Amino acid sequence: MTTTKKPMTETAEKRKSGRPPENLKNELRLELPSNSINEGIARSIVSVFVSQLDPTFEELADIKCAVSEAVTNCIVHAYRDTHGTIYITLKILDEKTVRIEIRDRGCGIEDIKTAMQPLYTTDSEGERSGMGFTVMESFMDRLFVVSSLGRGTKITMVKTLGDGRIRGIK
Amino acid sequence: MGSRMRSSKAEAVTAVDGHTMIISLTGDIDHHSAKRLRGEIDSSLFTLRPKRAVMDMSEVEFMDSAGLGLILGRIACAEKIGCKLTLLSPSRQVMKILDLAGAGRLIEIKQK
Repeated sequence: MTTTKKPMTETAEKRKSGRPPENLKNELRLELPSNSINEGIARSIVSVFVSQLDPTFEELADIKCAVSEAVTNCIVHAYRDTHGTIYITLKILDEKTVRIEIRDRGCGIEDIKTAMQPLYTTDSEGERSGMGFTVMESFMDRLFVVSSLGRGTKITMVKTLGDGRIRGIK
Repeated sequence: MGSRMRSSKAEAVTAVDGHTMIISLTGDIDHHSAKRLRGEIDSSLFTLRPKRAVMDMSEVEFMDSAGLGLILGRIACAEKIGCKLTLLSPSRQVMKILDLAGAGRLIEIKQK
């Protein structure tokens, strides 16, 4: 007697490999006060959320770093002399792609093009490197910045995780 | 000789080996922790005024551009007191941040 094994559907294969089915559309909204302790907390929460896409160590580290930069910008620049709320929206767009929005209702950016230049900083006394936007641009696939003076800034970052990745390799 | 300093998660522990000051960094280096680390490192650097200093990055779990600012700032401080600063064993992720700013041209980087 011969038995035939029913071929797995594409979705079942993906589930078996630990990756979510294609139709997964997960979303998380988060509001945090602009305290610097929340830089690490935002990174940790984003890290847990993105883990459902089964990222490599390096992909996850890139995303955490980009989020850290955006949240720090809210604290250091947007709410410079005040306190406010940082709004974070995480969305799984498809089985490999995450979109991260980080928004504030702070002072806004006067000249986005200049602010995004590598090594540009308004910090004359401290030791900020002026590389925040460069990190976001380099570590994520797409970066959009919308800002309005006196109303706030919205950073949107998208990253698609790669295929054929070697997992667990630092 | 070693002196453990006040810390939450990120820490800078300094020790002296001959003419070399060893600064062992651990944990997450971000804007939240960088200011405190800067104070701790500079306090030791300007007190001990070593000829050489090694910043051991091997136990750093996370670093963003605030960490880059911390390193670039310490290079400048070390130069002021005639101290040669070396970076030891940064992770691949830390190297990516350093490379974005071309920090490899400003500081010697060694692996353990």
